[in-house]
Amino acid sequence: MIRVTRRLEFSAAHFYHNPNFSAEENRRIFGKCNNPHGHGHNYVLEVTVAGEPDPSTGMVLDLKELKDVLQHEVAERMDHRHLNYEVPELAGKIPTCENIAAVIWQLLEPKITKGKLDRVRVYESADLFADCTEEAKGAPKGRRL
Amino acid sequence: MTASLKLSLTRRYRFAASHRLYRPAFSEEENRRLYGKCGNPYGHGHNYILEVTLSGPVDPQTGMVANLGELDPFVEREVIEPFDLKYLNEQVSEFQESVPTTENVCCEIYRRLKAFPSARLEKVRIQETSNNSFELGDEREAWNALDEE
Repeated sequence: MIRVTRRLEFSAAHFYHNPNFSAEENRRIFGKCNNPHGHGHNYVLEVTVAGEPDPSTGMVLDLKELKDVLQHEVAERMDHRHLNYEVPELAGKIPTCENIAAVIWQLLEPKITKGKLDRVRVYESADLFADCTEEAKGAPKGRRL
Repeated sequence: MTASLKLSLTRRYRFAASHRLYRPAFSEEENRRLYGKCGNPYGHGHNYILEVTLSGPVDPQTGMVANLGELDPFVEREVIEPFDLKYLNEQVSEFQESVPTTENVCCEIYRRLKAFPSARLEKVRIQETSNNSFELGDEREAWNALDEE
């Protein structure tokens, strides 16, 4: 099996605030990410598709098609947007890179027609990223060594 | 139907430290053969990059696998403060017994970080230089095999 990864950069604003928490709790839990004016990141999305290369083309999937899917599903929804206010899929969710990765997985999964979506990685900065994958069958949940 | 999704969070930290690869139990000749210039008696250093990967359920109230406000001070206390700008062989007690290869540094950091209370430690990866990296995972595959027995 081959894994093919395509990268997309998008820039967006967000802030973290949960209306169920008091102002004090929001500040304590979210720190400076709670600033109500918002702040922004240059996000880097890496989408990995796994599959066997088609013997006639040598490709798992046409990267041009994947590029178009990423442009349509992700860039057009999220690039130069405020994630708290302008992305309906994130409505009611705190727009952390974990939640952004999960939403992007759900947007892309039905659109990948060749190969299988293997991993969605969202970098918020060079020092922080979230991965969304499919839970391995029979994997222990929350178990520790 | 949506399959069950798994989320993990990876945070990158940096520390700089010196080390020397040398085992007193081996002869000088064996040390030279095994460790080459890494055995230079005065030691040498690296700018290490540490990647810590945690997994677990995303808390619906915070949207997080782990809160960096909790993780950063934990890693700072357990690893950065004791390792940064230190001579690992002499200033980290565990390496008085074992050679501070980056494999062993990985194991020691894993041991220190697995006590993080709010998410499961999934992987520790250390980049010793831009050409060398080492990682230690949570042996998930072995667990799966056990679970199926």
